Amino acid sequence: MKLHQIAHGRAGDKGNTSNISVVAYDEAGWRIVRAHLTIDRVAKAFAGITSSPIIRYELPRLRALNFVIPGALGGGVTRSLGLDAHGKSLSYLMLNIDIPSEPLADPRTP
Amino acid sequence: MPEQDVVRVGAGAGFSDDRLDPALELVTKVKLDYLVFECLAERTIARETLTRTKRPELGYSPSLDARIRSVLRPCMERGTRIVTNMGAANPVAAAKVVGEIARETVRRPVRIAAITGDAVEDVLRRNPQLTLLEGEPLEAILPRMVSANAYLGADVVRDALDTGADVVIGGRIADPSLFLACLLHGHRWRYDDIDRLAAGTLVGHLLECSAQLTGGCFADPGVKDVPGMACIGFPFASVDRNGSILLGKAPGSGGLLSVATCTEQVLYEVHDPQAYITPDCVLDITGVAFEEVAPNAVAAMGARALPGTESLKVVVGYHDGWIGAGEIGYAGPNALVRARLTEQTIRERLRMQGLQYEELRVDYIGMSSLHGRASGSGDPYEVRLRMAGRSSDRKAAQALGFEIRAMHVNGPAGGGGGASSLREVLAVKSLLLPRHLVHPQIVVEGRAET
Repeated sequence: MKLHQIAHGRAGDKGNTSNISVVAYDEAGWRIVRAHLTIDRVAKAFAGITSSPIIRYELPRLRALNFVIPGALGGGVTRSLGLDAHGKSLSYLMLNIDIPSEPLADPRTP
Repeated sequence: MPEQDVVRVGAGAGFSDDRLDPALELVTKVKLDYLVFECLAERTIARETLTRTKRPELGYSPSLDARIRSVLRPCMERGTRIVTNMGAANPVAAAKVVGEIARETVRRPVRIAAITGDAVEDVLRRNPQLTLLEGEPLEAILPRMVSANAYLGADVVRDALDTGADVVIGGRIADPSLFLACLLHGHRWRYDDIDRLAAGTLVGHLLECSAQLTGGCFADPGVKDVPGMACIGFPFASVDRNGSILLGKAPGSGGLLSVATCTEQVLYEVHDPQAYITPDCVLDITGVAFEEVAPNAVAAMGARALPGTESLKVVVGYHDGWIGAGEIGYAGPNALVRARLTEQTIRERLRMQGLQYEELRVDYIGMSSLHGRASGSGDPYEVRLRMAGRSSDRKAAQALGFEIRAMHVNGPAGGGGGASSLREVLAVKSLLLPRHLVHPQIVVEGRAET
């Protein structure tokens, strides 16, 4: 399924770096997002945009992840040649990611 | 919250081209103590510095007159003070403009304070050894520098309010600090009370982009619906003396204020959620939670902070050549193939003229202009070719648009709607400057106070 089905998010810009939040709609969605929305999965989706290392932060109280993606904005708002210099649309590249529909089995449960 | 304990601060604008009407709606429908207009993007101040060089009486935000004219009288009648960074590169001139509007529209004297001292070009020229956050030496862009402005904090804005000013106008002030300053002033909070700084900075961070808290940049029909999109109201915060925060929007306005809208906005433009650095403190939002207490009323809690750092961030604006761009559209059978032939032909014509670009970018709008190759194959019915290039040579940048428009007559069949643009690039980079090298000043009615 698409991440879009269980989460929403917003992209922000600072210089040439985009940050994209991913917020699960509910607790079940949060378990899936937390388990499966890895840096590798995001890096694969953003391979056509940037190859810089991505940083991932977890905010369990908000059921949210925050991805920091350097080099994603074509040099930054002021000098980018791109149409979306702020990268506002990139949140939907994130939400387009295919993700398994079940969280990983918890090894502690029998 | 007991009424006398509460300070109300509202967002009147969240960027330079923001809508005008919601500020007035907020002022007339909510009893605000302060109305904040945040209208200064990173690069805006560089452009205004250039304007001021040519016309010394200008250099403030072009929307200043319209925004202040629309709210000044109702604000003064209700005791709502105004705080803004619309002074951009010339807060003193902006204060004069506000003074003129006040004389025309308000019956009583209006006290106006301007904040200066954020411009640090001279300091940077004396310190070429500084390194940009992007990694290069400052020296590399110093000859092309247009502007350099340090982000000032809430302390100087609070001091400006302490002079009794009804309107405070600065230039480069950190966005959240504009709001925090109102709370420092209204509640007499101490500038070293870290828990209050955390709460006030969270308020500022949430409000600084206006409608992005109240349903803007949020709607996704069928998934995240927002009622009354045409009339999205701007947000305000009611904050008690202990730092308890209740967020609201103008009664009867459109839009949506919910836990979801607040969660998206609290992470907006945040990198490390434990270290959102402002001139006032280092905010940690990992403990923040939101609770909807009524429709369109959300309580925010759990902000923590560490004391501010020893340096201030400086944004340096500099000339970075020219960007030229052109577009042309194709539709129907073979649309994409004809667009690709146009790209090849233009590349060849540019090469034949010996034109050089630091970077040349080609987009197929409708296919790959926003998410790169992620959109996959599948030929579209219509496609718009866009080519853009950056060059230190103005003629090279201009040639892109020229060659694209020439395609109407000299290109493949059925190319329509050619368009072109050319702009001078004012780019920005950042550095950190020790605080003691920055000297903010407050100018009240033309007289320096500090």
